[in-house]
Amino acid sequence: MKYLDEYRDPKAAQSYIAAIEELTTRPWTIMEICGGQTHAIVRYGLQDMIPSEITLVHGPGCPVCVTPIEKINKALKIAALPNVIFCSFGDMLRVPGSGKDLLSVRAEGGDVRTVYSPLDAVKVAQENPDKEIVFFAVGFETTAPGNAMAVYQAKEMGLKNFSLLVSHVLVPPAMESMLSNPECKVQGFLAAGHVCTVMGMEAYHPIAAKYNVPIVVTGFEPLDILQGIYMCIRQLEEGRYEVENQYARAVEEHGNTPAQELIDQVFQIIPRQWRGIGEIPDSGWCLSEEYKELDAEKRFDMEENSHKECMECISGEIMQGLKKPSQCSQFGKGCTPDHPTGAPMVSTEGACSAYFRYRKDAA
Amino acid sequence: MTKPDVSNIACPIPFAEYPTVMMAHGSGGRMMQRLIDDMFTVAFTDVQPNDSATLSIPQDKIAMTTDSFVVRPLFFPGGDIGTLAVNGTVNDLAMAGARPKYLSVSFILEEGLSMETLWQVVCSMKNAAGAVDIKIVTGDTKVVERGHGDGLYINTTGIGIIEHEHVIAPEQVRIGDAVILSGDIGRHGMAVMSSREGLSFEGDIKSDCTPLSLCVLDILDAGLKPHCLRDVTRGGVAAVLGEIAGASKTQIEIKESAVPVKDTVRGACEILGLDPLHIANEGCFVAFVAAGEQDEVLHIMHGHNPLAAVIGTVSDGKSGIVTIETPIGGQRILDVPAGELLPRIC
Repeated sequence: MKYLDEYRDPKAAQSYIAAIEELTTRPWTIMEICGGQTHAIVRYGLQDMIPSEITLVHGPGCPVCVTPIEKINKALKIAALPNVIFCSFGDMLRVPGSGKDLLSVRAEGGDVRTVYSPLDAVKVAQENPDKEIVFFAVGFETTAPGNAMAVYQAKEMGLKNFSLLVSHVLVPPAMESMLSNPECKVQGFLAAGHVCTVMGMEAYHPIAAKYNVPIVVTGFEPLDILQGIYMCIRQLEEGRYEVENQYARAVEEHGNTPAQELIDQVFQIIPRQWRGIGEIPDSGWCLSEEYKELDAEKRFDMEENSHKECMECISGEIMQGLKKPSQCSQFGKGCTPDHPTGAPMVSTEGACSAYFRYRKDAA
Repeated sequence: MTKPDVSNIACPIPFAEYPTVMMAHGSGGRMMQRLIDDMFTVAFTDVQPNDSATLSIPQDKIAMTTDSFVVRPLFFPGGDIGTLAVNGTVNDLAMAGARPKYLSVSFILEEGLSMETLWQVVCSMKNAAGAVDIKIVTGDTKVVERGHGDGLYINTTGIGIIEHEHVIAPEQVRIGDAVILSGDIGRHGMAVMSSREGLSFEGDIKSDCTPLSLCVLDILDAGLKPHCLRDVTRGGVAAVLGEIAGASKTQIEIKESAVPVKDTVRGACEILGLDPLHIANEGCFVAFVAAGEQDEVLHIMHGHNPLAAVIGTVSDGKSGIVTIETPIGGQRILDVPAGELLPRIC
C-alpha cells in the first residue's frame, strides 16, 4: 500500500540497522517522545534489532496516559449527569479514574459517545439542542487545532449547549522538565513528528542548545524511527547538538501557522498536572478568556477531587526515562492493561502497556 | 447448489394493517399466529407446526451449537443480521467438521420494528440456509417493549452430522503443523464499524459474511485430516490463535507479511489505529494441518477464496504463546485484544 509499505520495507530497515551499527562506538540513551513512536518500536520489535549499545527509553508523549486522574474523575461525574451527552475520543473511554471508567458510566446509563473528530461533537450539539454536549479535549499540540476549531465554530454558531473539558499538554516544557532533573539519562531525543507538524521546530532549538542534546523530529513508521535513531546517533558521535528534521514530508520549520493562530486565539498557557509526573509549569492549555464560557469545568460546578496513586507504581520514573516498565514490582502483576494502576499501562501507546502487549520479557 | 431467492416476493403481512411489530405479535394470540403463518412459514417452509421438531439423524455422531446475534446496524455492507444468524451457526458446526442439517430460529423483536425490515431479514435467512442446505425446522418469537431492544435479536441453534471418525480440536494440534488462514481478514468488523459510525473509506468495505461449511466439507471429502479448525470471529486472528496456543500448549509462530489483508481494510485500520489481527470476521477460518497436507488444503481453500494463505507454523517453543515476525523482520508477541476496540486519539 502506497505511503505505508515503503516505510516498512525490510531491506531498507536492514541497511539502516547496518548503518547505525557502523556509526555506534559507545552506549547511548535516546528517548522517543511520542506514544505513537513507542507503539511502533515495540510493535515492530525495533529495540531488539538495533545495536545493544543503544537504549531506547520511552517518553511521556501519550496524552491518554498523562491526563491527571482528577480530570478523569471530573469527566466521569459530568458524563453521569442525566442531561449530558459526553463525547470523547475512543481510547479515553477505558482510562480508569478513581474506581471506574467512561465505559462503566455508559453501562450505568450515561450517554457517552465515541467521536472521530471534535467537530462531530459540535454536530451532536446542533442535533440535540435540549441536551448539554461536553467534549473531552485531551491531547498534545497535535489534537489542539481540531479542538480549537470545534470551540471556535460552536461560538460562531452561538451554540449554548456545547462545552469542552480541556486537558491539553505541551511537549517542550515536559522535555525541559526532564532535562533539568540531574538524574536524567537521556542523551538525545526523537521529537514527536505530528506535534511539530502543527507547532514547527522553533521551540526545540533553545532546548538543544541549552542542554546539549540532539533533537531529531521523527515520524512514526519503522523506517522513520530507524532513520531518526541514525540521525540522532550521528549527532551524538560527532558531538553536535542540533534540531534536525527526519519527518520532512510532514514537518516544516514554522509548522502550520493558521492552526497556531487559531490555537492562540482559543487557548492560553497554564501550568498543568501530568499523571505520574506532577505539575510542570507552562505545560498545558486551557480555554482563553474569550472562550471561557465554553469551559465545562465552569459550566458544571465540579468539586475539586484528589486521588492517591498506587505507592509501588514507578510510572513517573518510567515516563522520564529513568526506569524501564519491567523494573516495576507491579508490572504484569497488580498492573495490567485490563486493570491499570499506573498511567503508562492505560493506553495502547503507554510504555508499560506496549511492553506488556508486545515484549517477550513481559510474558 | 441452487440458491432460493425470495427477496422479490413482497412481505406477505399487509403493511397497511400492521406496518410495525406490536406487543401483541408476541402474545401467543391470533396476531402472533398470523405473523407465524403469513411470514415465517412462508419463508421457512421446513418449519414443523409443533412445539418440537422431530428429526431423523442418519449418523450416530452429531454436532450441536447455539449462538445469539446482536448487531447494529441490522443491515451492513455485505450482509445483515439474518445472514449472520444463519452463517454464524453454520460456521460453528463446520468447525467441528459437521455437515449442517437443522436450524432453530428464535426472534426477539422490539415493538415498533418495521415489518418490511423483519421480512428482509427473514428472506436473508432463507437464502443463507438454502445456500448450505440447512433446514430451519423450529422457532420462537418474543416481543419486547419499544426502547428495550435494538430492533431485533436472533438466536439460532444448529445441528450437524459428523460423517467421519476424525477428531478436530485444539488438543489435536501438533508441533510442525501449518497454520492456514482461509481468506483475507478484517472485512466484517470494519464494514460494521464504518456503517455504524458513518465513516466512509476510499473503496467499499463489505463484510465477508459467508458459510464456511462448503470449504470445510470439500477438505474433509478429499480425505484430508485437519487437526483443528476455528472460525476467526470476535477478537480476530489474535484471539483465536491465543486460545489455541493455550489449549494445545504449543507456541504458534506467524509471519505478519503472510497474513492476507485487503488494502481497503488495511487503510481503514491505519486511520483508526486498529490492528487487522484484532478485527472480527464472519467468513474466515484458521486450519491447523500436518505439513504434508498443507498444499492440498490450501489448494481447496483457494477455490473458495483466492487469498487463503499459510501464515505460520506450530513450534515447541514457549507454551501458550503466539509470536509474530513483523514486516521488517522484528519479533514480538501477538497480544489478545482487551475488549471493545477503541480508535486512538492521534
